[in-house]
Amino acid sequence: MRAVVTVIGKDAVGILAKVSTECANYNANVVEVTQSVIEDLFAMIMLVDISGINTDFAKMAEELSEKGEKEWGLKVIVMHEDIFNCMHHI
Amino acid sequence: MINQYDILETIRMIQDDCLDIRTITMGISLLDCIDTDIDKACQKVYDKITLKAKELVSVGNRIEREYGIPIINKRISVTPIAMISAACKCSPVPFARAMDKAAKAVGVNLIGGYSALVQKGFSDGDLELINSIPEALSVTERVCSSVNVGSTKTGINLDACRIMGRIIKESAEKTVDSACFGAAKLVVFCNAVDDNPFMAGAFHGVGEPDCMINVGVSGPGVVRAALRKYPDADITKISDVIKEISYKITRIGQLVGMTASKRLGVPFGIVDLSLAPTPAVGDSVAHILEEIGLEQCGTHGTTACLALLNDAVKKGGVMACSRIGGLSGAFIPVSEDAGMIDAAISGTLTIEKLEAMTAVCSVGLDMIVVPGDTEADTISAIIADEAAIGMVNSKTTAVRIIPAIGKQVGEELDWGGLFGKGPVMPLKKQSASKFINRGGVIPAPLHSLKN
Repeated sequence: MRAVVTVIGKDAVGILAKVSTECANYNANVVEVTQSVIEDLFAMIMLVDISGINTDFAKMAEELSEKGEKEWGLKVIVMHEDIFNCMHHI
Repeated sequence: MINQYDILETIRMIQDDCLDIRTITMGISLLDCIDTDIDKACQKVYDKITLKAKELVSVGNRIEREYGIPIINKRISVTPIAMISAACKCSPVPFARAMDKAAKAVGVNLIGGYSALVQKGFSDGDLELINSIPEALSVTERVCSSVNVGSTKTGINLDACRIMGRIIKESAEKTVDSACFGAAKLVVFCNAVDDNPFMAGAFHGVGEPDCMINVGVSGPGVVRAALRKYPDADITKISDVIKEISYKITRIGQLVGMTASKRLGVPFGIVDLSLAPTPAVGDSVAHILEEIGLEQCGTHGTTACLALLNDAVKKGGVMACSRIGGLSGAFIPVSEDAGMIDAAISGTLTIEKLEAMTAVCSVGLDMIVVPGDTEADTISAIIADEAAIGMVNSKTTAVRIIPAIGKQVGEELDWGGLFGKGPVMPLKKQSASKFINRGGVIPAPLHSLKN
């Protein structure tokens, strides 16, 4: 089971480190990362393995989004990969 | 890895273009709750609904968080109550109270099925239920009611049309304090479907399994956003764009339905491929038609654009999921669609045009506010007209009109939330009483000699 973590916001030092540390706290393994900075805007898409996470996935998704908004000033969207697979593959 | 562009497209559809799952509706059969003692029967109804739907809301909320897709409503539909209440031989209002109590206990916002199917005539219990609708809708909060008065196979029960004109008016009169809301929870159908997940017309048909999950998708905003990228495309391309986007929307419906069904341990029924608008900005079916090229919804060309939209939505959606059903098409509820509200206020969208539109789209005259002094027979005649369109074209049509008691053209009714607000729309003044009071059945149309 994998999830897609999308992070959007103003570029700053250490975004990747913060998000991946948080994922590690949940025992979610980062499988792949793509990121780009267009002008000032930072966009990162992270594929994480959630089969061994130490909490409920819905809870993790909610907490990460909340942390993103309140502590990091970033939009963090965590979604199960199934939604993308079903929508974009026949 | 999943394509980056695809990920961002999905996120944009949800965050910016109001893509959501409109409803997860659990259909529950109440046939095993029949009892001659009404108190016992109502207790069985309450117990069965609360047992089956115990987890519905929490499972829905969990799926919403895991997939990051809003699921706006969790609802319940039950077997038409007239079939359950017939054995009690008394007013079935206690059943409405039991449904309302059960809906509140499990946390769903609406429960449908205070219904009767009388397309060919009334059986014991049907008339009792129909006559109790105004009271049932005024003493409960979440119960929705529907009555099927016609079908392509049986014709139209004109007596039922006549009675329903009066019932709609009484439902509005009994709920004047809440902006005549009773009438907004009551739908009169022709060719009603057994697996419709959308309110107020949802009920659980008798051919359905004991319990099942049906899902209604939405996404007018997404369709409009997709079309905006093709300002100069020809109309065939427009149809293709709608097909592609509706495929994607429906896939999510299929995923959510399958997941909910698995987690609740209840079989998955159908995805209803409907484009259901809300009064929110950017969630309007009228605005899609305007994006195709109409200055305002309701002007000449509206029927053609709507026909194309309705057909393309079905073509795109049908491949995206294993079973489709329900009403499947574009909804045109006036009060629930920002573009329709504007068009009705400006006078571009009239009830005559809406009637024509219902011949090419899903459902019918929906959420239309009419003057409070409209004669019951006039409402009956509107029902008969709409049922005739459904009967002849072998499609579902419905009437959900709200007489604004004490109000006239130029005023409006405002319910807020998903139900929106609607301006009072003018009707013809000439009477159809003689026709309506003839009674009897309009025979079913011929299905051969089609040349």
